[in-house]
Amino acid sequence: MKKVQDFKVLEYSWLNDENYILKLIADDEIPEIKPGNFAEIKVPDSADIFLRRPISVLDVNYEKKTISFYIKAIGKGTRKLGQLNIGQTVNIVYPLGNQFVVQDEKKVLIVGGGSGIAPFVLLGRELQSKDVDVTFLMGGRTKNDIFLTDEFSKYGKVEVTTEDGSRGEKGMVTHHSLFKSEFDFDKVYTCGPDPMMKAVAKIAESKGILCEASLENMMACGIGACLCCVTPTHDGNKVVCTEGPVFNTKELAW
Amino acid sequence: MVDLRVQIGGGLELKNPVTTASGTFGFGQEFTDFIDLDELGGIFVKGLTLKLRQGNDYPRMAETASGMLNAVGLQNKGIDYFIETTYPDIKKYKTEIFPNINGSVVEDYIAVAEKVNEIEGINALELNISCPNVKEGGMAFGVSCPSAIAVTEAVRKAYDGVIIVKLSPNVTDITEIAKGVEGAGADAVSLVNTFLGMAIDYKTRKPVLSTITGGLSGPAIKPIALRMVWQVYNAVKIPVVGMGGIMNAEDAIEFMLAGSSAIQIGTANFIDPQISIKILKGIEDYCKDNNVSAVRDLIGALEV
Repeated sequence: MKKVQDFKVLEYSWLNDENYILKLIADDEIPEIKPGNFAEIKVPDSADIFLRRPISVLDVNYEKKTISFYIKAIGKGTRKLGQLNIGQTVNIVYPLGNQFVVQDEKKVLIVGGGSGIAPFVLLGRELQSKDVDVTFLMGGRTKNDIFLTDEFSKYGKVEVTTEDGSRGEKGMVTHHSLFKSEFDFDKVYTCGPDPMMKAVAKIAESKGILCEASLENMMACGIGACLCCVTPTHDGNKVVCTEGPVFNTKELAW
Repeated sequence: MVDLRVQIGGGLELKNPVTTASGTFGFGQEFTDFIDLDELGGIFVKGLTLKLRQGNDYPRMAETASGMLNAVGLQNKGIDYFIETTYPDIKKYKTEIFPNINGSVVEDYIAVAEKVNEIEGINALELNISCPNVKEGGMAFGVSCPSAIAVTEAVRKAYDGVIIVKLSPNVTDITEIAKGVEGAGADAVSLVNTFLGMAIDYKTRKPVLSTITGGLSGPAIKPIALRMVWQVYNAVKIPVVGMGGIMNAEDAIEFMLAGSSAIQIGTANFIDPQISIKILKGIEDYCKDNNVSAVRDLIGALEV
């Protein structure tokens, strides 16, 4: 069940000067959050930031009533969310959107880039609980774009590519050697920049396996009321906030 | 106890003046986790057309100072889908459901109105002649007096229930259009739809919206909307349903004082999905605190 809830800022963890984890704590119970779900966060005390900001849930602790978000400060809203006071109230609408589907996979590949890695902590944990063999492949321009690999290593093997070769293999994620050796994954999950996801989906399709991608989109309501955040699919325009953000890439007309 | 009932034309009474604006509230189902729809005076559902419409390409939205632009373009599954699938699910709610009807040509409006006429339980429709985001029809009908009159007359013949004509603010004199549709048989007018606007990305030198221009809503438009409601209230005898940037109960009361018999909450639903009920409670509290026994006493009570 979706709800509107007040949280308080518990702590910030800055990964570098523009990437941070915002951890919030609530008084009330936190509803069940599925891998891929997001929240619409109201930026407090910001008259010039009118709409909420849709942000993927990074992690949740139901007992401690905490929720955290991995945020890249790229616009005025995401910058302001990095400048709140500890204890300041933050109102969120959540959990929103659909989820990554975990069925009877045995071995999966998770490809992430940029702030697209956020949903993969919850996904990694769910896959691990079902004894799925997980490989994370994280890409960035340089080693300074690669985050949370320690966290991901709790749930599976972590591979890295950087365009400048400063960490892991040199090149784009799709150039990684795991695509050249025997490819025995039965599903690929991806989230990150569109060109990366498209390239990953193309490889998955060429291997004949299912690929799920979580799309980013400018949103107003986040609950399927305004129909602003559409993406073209082979079955017409679909609303990313409620029919997504996770899509089987075969559906997408991108 | 404050008497919250209001009359909005054609003998139709709402249990309270708080309704939700078309295009900002889906079909109500999107909000059932957040509020009890039974508490609302009414729901103006997402705009309906004769056939399924895909709407405009992405991007359809731009955040602006105190508001937003949208260019959704009436994406909907068509009136038949509404009748067969959506309405059976939402008719259980004890609130007035208003289909919002649209067309590219007068014949489309007539065809949709005839279908709405057959729906049991629907007492009124909102005739939208003010959508700024479609290439054909839409706002074109609402910005000229003869075409506004022609489409209202045509729908009047096709529909037996209450007709609320939704007016465009993108006109020289909104009172002329309001008087025109009143004469053509409208039972009420609702105003204002969004203001035509645009957003540019100075870095890429490209428009933000796929359609270049779009409809501006939110508190940025409130003073203009309020002025138009006041002007129309003084120009026509039929009830006025006011909207345009209402974010809280104070705004809603101002729209009633300016002459609104009921109000529509629009863009505020995107910021707070519970805002409509909060506004209703706020109006009720205002009445209690100011010894207003019936909310209808606020309608047009502006002291000038």
